[in-house]
Amino acid sequence: MANVTLRNVRKDYPNGFEAIKGIDFEVGDGQFCVLVGPSGCGKSTLLRMVAGLETITSGEIDIGGRIVNQVEPADRDIAMVFQNYALYPHMSVYNNMAYGLRNRGMDKGEIDTRVREAARILELSPMLDRKPRQLSGGQRQRVAMGRAIVRQPKAFLFDEPLSNLDAKLRIAMRVEIRKLQRRLSTTSIYVTHDQLEAMTLADILVVMNGGQVEQIGNPLDIYKKPATTFVAAFIGAPPMNLLSLRDSDIKLPGAAPEAGILGVRPEDLAIGNGATPDGGIALDLAVEAIERVGAETYVYGLRAQQSGQPAVSSKPGELPPGEILVRIPGQEGPAVGQKIRAVAPREKLHLFTADGRKRINS
Amino acid sequence: MVEDEGIQRYIAHAILWIGIAIVAFPVYLAFIASTQDNAVIANGQMSLLPGGHFLETYYQTIFVGTSGSTREPVGMMMFNSLVMSLLIAIGKIAISIISAYAVVYFRFPFRMTIFWLIFITLMLPVEVRIYPTYKIVAQLHLLDSYAGLSLPLIASATATLLFRQFFMTVPDELLEASRIDGAGPFRFFWDTLLPLSRTNMAALFVILFILGWNQYLWPLLVTTRDDMQTIQIGIRKMITTTDALTEWPIVMATAVLAMLPPIFVVVVMQKLFVRGLVETEK
Repeated sequence: MANVTLRNVRKDYPNGFEAIKGIDFEVGDGQFCVLVGPSGCGKSTLLRMVAGLETITSGEIDIGGRIVNQVEPADRDIAMVFQNYALYPHMSVYNNMAYGLRNRGMDKGEIDTRVREAARILELSPMLDRKPRQLSGGQRQRVAMGRAIVRQPKAFLFDEPLSNLDAKLRIAMRVEIRKLQRRLSTTSIYVTHDQLEAMTLADILVVMNGGQVEQIGNPLDIYKKPATTFVAAFIGAPPMNLLSLRDSDIKLPGAAPEAGILGVRPEDLAIGNGATPDGGIALDLAVEAIERVGAETYVYGLRAQQSGQPAVSSKPGELPPGEILVRIPGQEGPAVGQKIRAVAPREKLHLFTADGRKRINS
Repeated sequence: MVEDEGIQRYIAHAILWIGIAIVAFPVYLAFIASTQDNAVIANGQMSLLPGGHFLETYYQTIFVGTSGSTREPVGMMMFNSLVMSLLIAIGKIAISIISAYAVVYFRFPFRMTIFWLIFITLMLPVEVRIYPTYKIVAQLHLLDSYAGLSLPLIASATATLLFRQFFMTVPDELLEASRIDGAGPFRFFWDTLLPLSRTNMAALFVILFILGWNQYLWPLLVTTRDDMQTIQIGIRKMITTTDALTEWPIVMATAVLAMLPPIFVVVVMQKLFVRGLVETEK
């Protein structure tokens, strides 16, 4: 059991590309840390640097009190679960799990005990003699987990382990991974681009963008108080509505003068009836589209008084300019073409500087 | 496939049978000739049914040889051919899988230069470099030896290329998983790459064994001693007799015997061979 600490870790490629631009964070003993971000943000590279599969340009990676920058992956006392599982196709499930232990010259009896125990935990006992190709996706995933467990490492590293599974299995395995990690209380770092996985698994959530950390913290804190517009749009599904305060007619009395972007989550907007809540906002929308998913309804509305300029920054994952998403419970709601007014109270509003890089606490 | 009705099916089958007959008839004829008496063949009155000299001819071929030109039993030639083909096939596979491993998995100076050099040798057939090769082999005193027969033919750009392409389809994660599992370069090669290459090696073995078995020009050059000649050379020598009648039953028996090892290899390896050619499962 161990802490994993990153101190000003950087990765530059010879062609000048800076993949990781100086990252610091610490994962406490037994904690589950999730690195989340869009593709290309460097989260996988960072994980592979912790694993020792990529070199570190500068900075320090510390696993259990030992700086491992120059240590071979095998000697870092970590275990990794790969996205495509990377099972040895020609070895039985048993040998897949035992291989790493054998290479370390572990006693046969001890290997057998560990493999059978892991197989029992993961319900793989009847399949120990099968080859990976005879297993389903979920079972392969569990073998990959088993291979990590038998090592009893200081830290587990997961590289998008669930992205090859179908939606249903993914949710089931997500819960299993969490339970397993709690039970073994092994420090874990988990990379994903799925913000739902990130929210549900993490003790510590690290939101990354462009090789940098955007925000680190407890997932719910991040949801409640995103530090930048990037985090605001990335965490939470559907994403937060972001409006430029400068170019719109929205007036927020008492807002800090540097406030440039207003954010409001679709679930915090309600369909109201005229009066603007005290200090809050009211948006007049023409309903453009409606999605009813059963438990809730998504209403896409275009703001009535558009000044022509895009009121919303258009980053990936965000709504098209000018469109506002309202999420209401149940299956009721307006019809397409109807005019509605969406309101949100002051305490549900998020304010950011005009460049979106800083949150303003109001 | 939809089954054709009636007459069309018979026509298709008839065409196939004709094709088989065209291919198989010379082989059949060779076998028939090997069981006839030489005098019957010589005066052109060979029957299309097996004659009565099967055991006698084959015994003489394998253990005694022709009375004149070759002076050695064909059993000896088959042994020579077998040793040469096995050395070539196994040597080629060993050398090329190792060089492919080096080219794909290691970063060393001039890696790509070396790869292209190997690749370029593809464009140089044996015949082009046969004189310098002969000279080197002669200077190394390897004439009339198994090493001289096989060593110059062992380097193979084709097989190196094939293994390189195969290695490049092996997911990088397998290498990374091996590194985390504490397997060094040698263990990764031995424990993971070799077992994964098994079907490729089998396919290659079939092709290379037959290639080695059918070598003619090179063995003709480097062997002069009778007890080192290969079966292909033997057949040729048996046919061109100067002062005596060609012993056609023995020539034909030798030809039939020369076909057997490649057939054996193909039949035994067929399952693996076909899997090697079509394998997609990684």
